[in-house]
Amino acid sequence: MDGEDDFELGGRRYRSRLIVGTGKYADFAETRRAIDASGAEIVTVAVRRVNITDPGRENLLDHVPPEIFTILPNTAGCSTAEEAIRTARLAREAGVGNLVKIEVIGDEKTLFPDVPATIEASRVLVKEGFLVLPYVTDDPVACRRLEDVGCAAVMPLAAPIGSGLGIRNPYNLKIIIEQSRVPVIVDAGVGCASDAARALELGCDAVLMNTAIAGARDPVLMAEAMRLGVEAGRKSFLAGRIPRKLHASASSPIEGMLD
Amino acid sequence: MEIRLNGETRTVEDGLSVADLVGSLGLGGRRVAVELNREILAREDYPATRLAAGDVVEVVQFVGGG
Repeated sequence: MDGEDDFELGGRRYRSRLIVGTGKYADFAETRRAIDASGAEIVTVAVRRVNITDPGRENLLDHVPPEIFTILPNTAGCSTAEEAIRTARLAREAGVGNLVKIEVIGDEKTLFPDVPATIEASRVLVKEGFLVLPYVTDDPVACRRLEDVGCAAVMPLAAPIGSGLGIRNPYNLKIIIEQSRVPVIVDAGVGCASDAARALELGCDAVLMNTAIAGARDPVLMAEAMRLGVEAGRKSFLAGRIPRKLHASASSPIEGMLD
Repeated sequence: MEIRLNGETRTVEDGLSVADLVGSLGLGGRRVAVELNREILAREDYPATRLAAGDVVEVVQFVGGG
């Protein structure tokens, strides 16, 4: 199956179906160790002001070089379409390519997205040549609108960002997977490796996570667990599960039993 | 002259270029982006772009995030 089951995004092919964030780690070295253990080829980053009182510090990209990893800048922290558009443009100017994860927060407590603003920002940025990956609620209609404006994928949440609650609405995700012609990437809410496996088993193309790895007691070990969970989930999806039945069905033959 | 740099007031020499400003921050050759008075400045324009008193400059980079 090697090479035949690549994950295709924005015209590029990836072997890994796990996309990881780079926030909340103890230091850059741990960030890199966790990414390596996860097998991820695409990593998300945020765009922030340089600390001008201490500008000479190490840079994240020294440890996560764009020559090795596909960098996916996000618009985290933005609460309007305008802010997200501004952030995306700055990210592209900084020179890591055309990918952008659009995140427009509509509510500070739940970090649920402002869907109309997300669609508007995505519409504008697609026209400017960005490959737009929008973080969105697990709402099939919202996902369809985002696909209609030209997003390169849709990224419905499994549960609130950083909550670790796992997949709260697998049925909505199934509908989104069924209707989408672009990749469906579960973004946010995964807590453990079985959650990641479940996302892939449902038929999601990939899963994006940060806190579940960075916040684990042993982030590097959890990164490896997530890699295995994603691989297991994908293979399980491709293999095709048996139907659920109410009653038993013996695995051993009846013939040849002793009298 | 004074400019606003990343939200703080900074005194810089008159007519300082954006390239020199970025260099003085130790960010020459780094993947940063610069906004001058809310307009994104292309990297190739840094040397020829001279700052004026009161300019509002933002210099951003990538940090850890999800």
